Amino acid sequence: MNEHLLTEITVFILSVFIGIEVISKVPTTLHTPLMSATNAIHGIVLVGALLVAGTAHAPLGPVIGFLLVVLASLNVFGGYTVTERMLQMFRPKAPRPTKTDVDSTISVDTIGQPKENRAA
Amino acid sequence: MTSTLARPVEIPYLVTGILFIIGLRYLSSPRTARLGNRLSALGMAIALLATAAQGLLNWGVLVAGLVVGIGIGIYSARRVPMTAMPQMVAIFNGAGGGAASLVALGELLERVSTGTHVGGDVSVTASLTAIIGAISFSGSVVAFLKLQEVMTGRPIVYPGQQIVNAALLLLILMSAGFVVAGDDPVKWLAVALCGSLVLGVLFTLPIGGADMPVIISLLNSFTGLAAALTGFVLSNNVLIISGALVGASGTLLTLMMGKAMNRSVGNVLFGAFGAVSPKSAAAGGANAANVRSLSADDVAALLAYANQVVVVPGYGMAVAQAQHSIRDLADLLEKRGVEVKYAIHPVAGRMPGHMNVLLAEANVPYTSLYDMDDINPEFARTDVALVVGANDVTNPAARSDKGSPIYGMPIIDVDKAENVIVLKRSMKSGFAGIDNPLYEDPKTAMLFGDAKKSIDAVNAAVKTM
Repeated sequence: MNEHLLTEITVFILSVFIGIEVISKVPTTLHTPLMSATNAIHGIVLVGALLVAGTAHAPLGPVIGFLLVVLASLNVFGGYTVTERMLQMFRPKAPRPTKTDVDSTISVDTIGQPKENRAA
Repeated sequence: MTSTLARPVEIPYLVTGILFIIGLRYLSSPRTARLGNRLSALGMAIALLATAAQGLLNWGVLVAGLVVGIGIGIYSARRVPMTAMPQMVAIFNGAGGGAASLVALGELLERVSTGTHVGGDVSVTASLTAIIGAISFSGSVVAFLKLQEVMTGRPIVYPGQQIVNAALLLLILMSAGFVVAGDDPVKWLAVALCGSLVLGVLFTLPIGGADMPVIISLLNSFTGLAAALTGFVLSNNVLIISGALVGASGTLLTLMMGKAMNRSVGNVLFGAFGAVSPKSAAAGGANAANVRSLSADDVAALLAYANQVVVVPGYGMAVAQAQHSIRDLADLLEKRGVEVKYAIHPVAGRMPGHMNVLLAEANVPYTSLYDMDDINPEFARTDVALVVGANDVTNPAARSDKGSPIYGMPIIDVDKAENVIVLKRSMKSGFAGIDNPLYEDPKTAMLFGDAKKSIDAVNAAVKTM
């Protein structure tokens, strides 16, 4: 095994450990956005796609090269857009309706609210 | 590489890796999650610009591909309804896997055609990338078709299924062996890639709808692994780091989902759960006589005079698009001083966290959503448990009946509440085809019909009280 490969394996293994450490702190309520965020991150193959489809020889030819860039960029841009869309829906407390029919009884908002991040 | 100077592009790539890690770290709280996603996107932008600045060629093909990919990606990501999120995630995942396997094929072709030496490390990692990426691609496409209900969500099984899959896997590994041996590597890599596309389809076919959370997470981890492997093929650290992060995430989620069903991942993949149902479905019809059903008005009265109501959503809520009506009901009840909480089972729905996203869409604050372990002790002081389109995750047989196929699966203890109201379309048994003794419990009442229509009727009745 050459030294270069060993370095790469080191980077890989350490990254897996960091991944486990970081991901295990994500609360269950965010698991769908987590999946779509990590989906967007593996869109990093777009870097590889550009490198492979953007060389002089263009080994895959224009059609497969084009398809490759489409797949990878779809993954990146779709992934980030849909994650952003999901995350902006998560609110700690729902916005009160602007109508003035707010009830005169005791506000239940302040009673029995769970502590935030209980799942973290 | 040890004594040579690092390529300048390695520095922005390192920044990208760091931003990805920080971005994921910020997902540990809903408050910082958006910032995290944006940092991650910034990291991606840096990596792409640094790559472009290296002097790429063939800009015609690249720009055309980018325009089409970005166009479709952003358009579909904006338009997709939240209930369709599992299939959206599946298809984006497949796109990444497909891209990774094509990158491996392209790089090998490039090396062979330019006469560059193909080392053992490159041929091994290129083969693995092509195989795993292609399985992820076609597996995700099948998952997409099942979730989109283009094809049946039931497991598709046939005799000798595992033998066929094993034989195909052997063929793929043999082709990879030829790639490594250097005997016409491009041809054999293409064979391995095509074989893997078929294997991806075959191995997803027997996975039933209820097991989708596991398979989606697993495919996610496959694509991560494939992306990391392309990093080995191209000697590119940012690909290795990012792919490893995603692979770790997907694997963790896969294990979590398996644990939440008390089944090993192997059992999910090869068990074809829910494939045998005719017998139990018939039994489900037979004992329907012991079931009590209530009208919307009765349910409204029970809810309106409760102190605490716990809503237990399941996939049926997603199908009926009932989340907005449930939110309206919670508003009406809270106005009357009733405390409303939501109990989320880890495998409710079709992907991890599926219910949370739907409820967030309906403006339910995430502070009202409780994990299974946090809510279960609450049922003793809960007046009404309202089960909306959930079945197997509330089945007490999982706790008590050693003969039940889901015995040992952790469930939401709705039967400990004073009253249980189950919204269901009919008495058909759940996905797993298992009878649910909860429905015959004297304190359980059924409200039959479409979940959204039923809740709307309840809402109308509560308003008149």
